[in-house]
Amino acid sequence: MTGTFGRYGGQYVPEALMPALTELKGAYEQYVLENADGFMDEFHERMRSFGGRPTPLQRADALSDRYDTDVYLKREDLVHGGAHKLTNALGQVLLAKYMGKERIIAETGAGQHGTATAMAAAHLDMPCEIYMGRTDTNRQRPNVFRMRLNDATVTPVDVGRGTLKEAISEAMRDWAQSVETTHYVIGSVVGPHPFPKLVREFQSVISEESRRQIRDRTGSLPTSVVACAGGGSNAMGSFTTFLNDDVALHAVEAGGESLTVDADAGVAPNSATLQTGSEGVLHGARTRVLQDEHGQIMASHSVSAGLDYAGVGPELAHLVDAGRVSAHTVDDETALAGVHRLSQTEGIIPALETAHAVGWLEEATESQLGEQIVLTVSGRGDKDLETVLEESTRRNIPETPDMDVFDPPANGGTDA
Amino acid sequence: MEEPMHNSAITAAFDTGPAFVPYLTAGDPTFEASLEYVQALERGGASVIELGLPFSEPIAEGKTIQNAISRSLEGGMTPVRFFKFLEQLDVTVPLVCMTYYNLIYQYGTHDGPRPFVERAATAGLDGIIVPDLPAEEAGPLHSACQSHGLDLITIVAPTTTTDRLERLVSLCSGYLYVQARLGVTGARSDVSEQTAASLDRLTDIELPVAVGFGISSGEHARTVIESGADGVIVGSALVEIIGEGHRAGDSPDMVAQRLEAKSREITTAITKLQQQP
Ligand SMILES: Cc1ncc(COP(=O)(O)O)c(C=O)c1O
Repeated sequence: MTGTFGRYGGQYVPEALMPALTELKGAYEQYVLENADGFMDEFHERMRSFGGRPTPLQRADALSDRYDTDVYLKREDLVHGGAHKLTNALGQVLLAKYMGKERIIAETGAGQHGTATAMAAAHLDMPCEIYMGRTDTNRQRPNVFRMRLNDATVTPVDVGRGTLKEAISEAMRDWAQSVETTHYVIGSVVGPHPFPKLVREFQSVISEESRRQIRDRTGSLPTSVVACAGGGSNAMGSFTTFLNDDVALHAVEAGGESLTVDADAGVAPNSATLQTGSEGVLHGARTRVLQDEHGQIMASHSVSAGLDYAGVGPELAHLVDAGRVSAHTVDDETALAGVHRLSQTEGIIPALETAHAVGWLEEATESQLGEQIVLTVSGRGDKDLETVLEESTRRNIPETPDMDVFDPPANGGTDA
Repeated sequence: MEEPMHNSAITAAFDTGPAFVPYLTAGDPTFEASLEYVQALERGGASVIELGLPFSEPIAEGKTIQNAISRSLEGGMTPVRFFKFLEQLDVTVPLVCMTYYNLIYQYGTHDGPRPFVERAATAGLDGIIVPDLPAEEAGPLHSACQSHGLDLITIVAPTTTTDRLERLVSLCSGYLYVQARLGVTGARSDVSEQTAASLDRLTDIELPVAVGFGISSGEHARTVIESGADGVIVGSALVEIIGEGHRAGDSPDMVAQRLEAKSREITTAITKLQQQP
């Protein structure tokens, strides 16, 4: 077996894709690890000029007061496109160019990875097709508009619940057909080897920057680092450079509506893969997955489309098993309240995914928070505005602002 | 090439001339109807039958078989019931299970593929095909199959390189599954040019070679056998008959008759061929 992390990882894909994974592994070693033809130099330069890196590390004064500790925010929401996702997307689209590929495909959940890939493909002049579950196209409309404006084809996926899991399966089917000319830009540290390593390598720039920034600023390392985790690219990116330090690492998953599972209906009303999942094989890797007793993958749920996934990156699953990373869950309501708190007290409207990490600060113990905490703001919340207002109103989240400024709907109804 | 460790009933089924290897998703749309459909395939001249055990994330499947998988899952098919299905089937031809690795891995009370293979052997299964298990990950399943006398059938793709081909052949027994074209399963109206090229490089392999992906008519089947294959695998074209019948509300008997007729179309086309000098 190759590309394993403890019990997890591997390459569980159709034979037809294996030569492409071997080719990708070669390109990863040559261009990414060894900087052949100045690949990494070009990547960093483009992330600077096009992508807006490095991102700031900012002290959050109101949160620091609230929790009586020093809270720093790593502002990945300021990356071009509004999330950490561009760093991986640009890295992979550039790599595809170096590999001589002619076309890009990607899956997307929240639409952030799709948007980032569409931007990177437009920037580097590559044709691009994005697979997105039908449920997600409807709940993340602004990102669909952005992808279309960047000239990407957006293909809705109607199978199953129409979320990220189905979009990945459909992208893999496209790749099985088009593998000779097409690169599949997977959106997180998931999938078969070498994707989990490749994506982690690009995203680890987050913690390279934040580790340097916090030391420059405070002269010390943080007590803890907090990041939300869906597939785990933001978490792995935020943690990697701290792995050998005495720094606590906290990954926050979506607790959704509840941590209990309806096995008969095949539904887990959460996306708490690290907390409640069990070992299985999904989308090319052995990892922790939400599955029923027979091994059928369950439909997951989260108010946040980007965390709504029944699997998780194999390396992150391994780090949790090994005790190096602690996994936590935050439910829909606590996350929604987190959006409002960060918006009202810090002037930053976070993505719903990020809001899970923000919400966790409310639930963490004093010792978990420690003296100094770095929280990665993985994305900004523009894409979520409608969902946040609707869902917060429906659940009577106390911090919800009223929207009386608008005229009432003409029919007096409750149109969204 | 490694010799199979046992006398394979599957390999023997190719001895009597070009083989017709149909695929159906077990339990599509119901347990009972599906039993009837599989029996109809045997009456239509099947040499070996592939039975899909449905998985929720069938990444190698096109729309037709994805829909069959949904129908079967809705009908309550599980790995446990799949083995009961095998035991209730009244057929004599060898049976192959086609499924994804997670279901094999999760079966039974301890990790790994052994409990599944053990149960499969007692249920009368002869071989296993796992589309998401490349040679790199196939070790544990291969050794479990060897200890229980089952064939592990590997898939050769148009993109398979020569060194990979040797490895796939050395793991394989029963028949070698040659994927006729890139992409996912699904009936096509033509035979891929990749097929002949794929077959050309397999001429000195001792195992029977069966070609699948896209074959939908007797005419296709004949072309594939003429290109040098020992058998044809037909899935989506048959599954579509079930899908259409289900949508139209036709009786299982009617659907079974159509399946038998389609099977006969293919067996006739390839059997005639054998009789020609
Ligand atoms: C802003 C933001 N944060 C986090 C995630 C979760 O993905 P990952 O766990 O790979 O970082 C997403 C996914 O779409 C996202 O858009």
